[in-house]
Amino acid sequence: SALSLPFAVGQCGNQVGCRFWDLALREHAAVNKKGIYDEALSSFFRNIDTRSGDNGPDIYKGKICSLKARALLIDMEEGVVNEILQGPLRDVFDSKHLITDVSGSGNNWAVGHKIYGCQYRENIVEKLRKTAEHCDCLQCFFIIHSMGGGTGSGLGTFVLNLLEEEFPEVYRFVTSVYPSGEDDVITSPYNSVLAMKELNEHADCVLPIENESLFEIVNKIHQMTNSGKLGSTVKQNSLVTSSAGSTKTLQAKPFDTMNNIVANLLLNLTSSARFEGSLNMDLNEISMNLVPFPRLHYLVSSLTPLYTLADVNVPSRRLDQMFSDAFSRDHQLIQADPKHSLYLACALLVRGNVQVSDLRRNIERLKPSLHFVSWNQEGWKTGLCSVPPVGHSHSLLALANNTCVKPTFIELKDRFMKLYKKKAHLHHYLQIDGMEQSCFSEAISSLSDLIEEYNELDATKGGPRIDPSRLKIAV
Amino acid sequence: MSIVTVQLGQCGNQIGHEVFSALCSDIRGTHGLCSKKENESYQDSCKERFFCEEESGVPVARAVLVDMEPKVISQTLSMAARSGHWKYSSHSHFCQKQGSGNNWANGYFVHGPKHKEAIVDLVQKEAEKCDRLGGFFTIMSMAGGTGSGLGAFVTQCLRDAFPASFILNHVVWPYGTGEVIVQNYNSVLTLSHLYHSSDALLVHENDVIHKICAQLMNIKQISFRDVNQVIAHQLGSVFQPTHTAGGGSGYSRNPLGDLMETLVPHPEFRMLGLRNIPQMPESSLPYSTFSWPGLIKHLRQMLIANAQMEEGIDWQVRPPHPGSSIPSTNKALHFNTSIANLVILRGKDVHGVDLGSFQDPSLYTSWLNPQDAFNAWKTPRAFNKYEKSAALVSNSQFLLKPLDSIVGKAWNMFASKAYLHQYTKFGIQEEDFLDCFTTLEQVISSYTNL
Repeated sequence: SALSLPFAVGQCGNQVGCRFWDLALREHAAVNKKGIYDEALSSFFRNIDTRSGDNGPDIYKGKICSLKARALLIDMEEGVVNEILQGPLRDVFDSKHLITDVSGSGNNWAVGHKIYGCQYRENIVEKLRKTAEHCDCLQCFFIIHSMGGGTGSGLGTFVLNLLEEEFPEVYRFVTSVYPSGEDDVITSPYNSVLAMKELNEHADCVLPIENESLFEIVNKIHQMTNSGKLGSTVKQNSLVTSSAGSTKTLQAKPFDTMNNIVANLLLNLTSSARFEGSLNMDLNEISMNLVPFPRLHYLVSSLTPLYTLADVNVPSRRLDQMFSDAFSRDHQLIQADPKHSLYLACALLVRGNVQVSDLRRNIERLKPSLHFVSWNQEGWKTGLCSVPPVGHSHSLLALANNTCVKPTFIELKDRFMKLYKKKAHLHHYLQIDGMEQSCFSEAISSLSDLIEEYNELDATKGGPRIDPSRLKIAV
Repeated sequence: MSIVTVQLGQCGNQIGHEVFSALCSDIRGTHGLCSKKENESYQDSCKERFFCEEESGVPVARAVLVDMEPKVISQTLSMAARSGHWKYSSHSHFCQKQGSGNNWANGYFVHGPKHKEAIVDLVQKEAEKCDRLGGFFTIMSMAGGTGSGLGAFVTQCLRDAFPASFILNHVVWPYGTGEVIVQNYNSVLTLSHLYHSSDALLVHENDVIHKICAQLMNIKQISFRDVNQVIAHQLGSVFQPTHTAGGGSGYSRNPLGDLMETLVPHPEFRMLGLRNIPQMPESSLPYSTFSWPGLIKHLRQMLIANAQMEEGIDWQVRPPHPGSSIPSTNKALHFNTSIANLVILRGKDVHGVDLGSFQDPSLYTSWLNPQDAFNAWKTPRAFNKYEKSAALVSNSQFLLKPLDSIVGKAWNMFASKAYLHQYTKFGIQEEDFLDCFTTLEQVISSYTNL
């Protein structure tokens, strides 16, 4: 099958990445009872014959011997990556997957992008090519990183550029964790805006994530499971925040629960490419349907359900509730309310025992309360994957190209301007080779232009609908 | 005569499987309700048409499976094999890894030329297995990227490689409210291209079949499999062997040719709609009886009033009085004007059925003789456990409204230039889009002015 290649860059990226591979193994173990290396597994893992050591040949069929992730882990500090290599995932990774350094990027985008980018370019290209060699057919790169720091943000976007140069045909999906207003990294607005320019110009699709939203979801689950409000017991492994059933047996780190949400997002996003279903949805289809204009490629995501109750019988009321929740403010992974803004396009990827009639019924039901742009009134892309996530009988991932991302970008711009007007901390950046004032002015200009595009769309909302006149044919 | 089926994309392969399944199950059934001799003749004719015999005795479908990603073909092959009653040849499929990304231009301009040789080669091999080749039946959806774009390209290739053979395209129209956001673009591009290379387009609309599943088949949680099985039943009722009017005692030897001859008298009018009566859950069959006059009456009204099924028919609609019919009056009455109709009757007492009501000249446009515009095929051998069943294949205004709706939505999107960058990067230009819109506006105009 066509493969996806994840790159985890920076501390945040690697923490999420770690959860991702762990949960991916859990998901495949649940489906693949006979331990056969199948097409689904091959999208994320190679199967190596380790009798000749780690450099053994690939085994394409038959029993699972030793699984190796198709991935690159990049960090300029060793802490997180070392933990991965000492933890239960150590057999899934080896030195071929890693690019590390020791000193970190000092929360400076320029250090990550210009210094480490230059320094590690060849190394990255080489490891990238080697990894790609083992991929029959590469469809998509995933970059997982945060925007606010130095490595994930700077080196991560450097890698993005590199991918476009080396493999222009392969789609580039970026999962970006945006900093909150209370972020303790003072320069996070600089790092984020500098990174945004790269995302604007070089990413095919961006899935922005905000820690506040993840945090709120974690709290909501905590409240629901501990309040005694739920009649039956909650299935532990069904929690979107849970590591239950995965290899992780050590004490969960504070961010693990939040990172599990992002990991589940990626698993759901790729589920229809890995598993069968009556209406498949590949990653290139997501890009095709959800990006009507090249720069408007920021997709707001939501995952439901957040947990499953132990009773197996799911009446269709509860199924419909799942669809309703996907459009509610508190299930979105950024602080946004798509219902009150303008949709350019929307995708629904359903997993499990859900059929086309359930999909249609819910679209008809929810449509009237949503605002779609005039030229895309029926802008729905749908997918049905037969295999549900672990612990669930069904699930839904919604991806919205919606103007509700605008406030996130406006706030980012405001925080940037607060610092930039006073030239605060600017010298840390400008002293780096290759960095000039124009890097900053171009970056904020790029962000302003993007915000303006969303403004123009918002201005059309609720306006009169004038359909263009059709071609006239001489009778 | 044999028909080679080409299954294109996820939809094409999923439906193709249900079609062969239905055909096979029908001939294996003991509910033929006719003489043993008749039944054996029917079975032989169906087998020759759609299957190849192998040493193992398991019939092998005369089909080529094409998709740009592997999962669906893999599933289709294994489902057929598991049935134990028929299978696909293990060498008749072509598959890639990437998919077409719902992008018509990707299917047509990239996958098409790249894989042309391999695909046509497979079709050639299947064609050579036929003693007499009756033509090609392609199954595709027009909403996605492979069935639509690659399907249009392959159809053109078949036309070039087999200039004397008939090509019938079965095209599935997606649900109006999105399966794919760019489905209207893909549809406009597909239909306009097919119009130039196909002999006829036989259309099924997901919205219509969905209603049949909900209201007639009483299915609560309708799956794509349910939809596909209804489609397969309707197709089977057209393609299983029948006696054509002048065919004497034997079954028709040229099913596709006969279909084209009766239904496509003019190249500007190639769109065929399909209606079937009765339709009900299998469990209800033993408790239902129908009379031919009742079935024919309903079927005729379904034609006139453009009803999608036998429930909810508008009986108020009447054909215009002779001498008063101008197109605009027809529109006001929602009367569906036909160019040509074909009624296929199967089962008990077919030969006595009076079909005079279908020869009423007021049903038809004025430029064809009603005798030429209407045909009936009959066989006493019952189909798929229905004691009596009737199918109507119609070249009429059935598809005018849905076509107009699709073109309208596509045009609306085109005017804002949304998604065009996704197509132009694969080689299609805005002028190409305009040409396609023009072709279809022409078709719409032609059908409107009947």
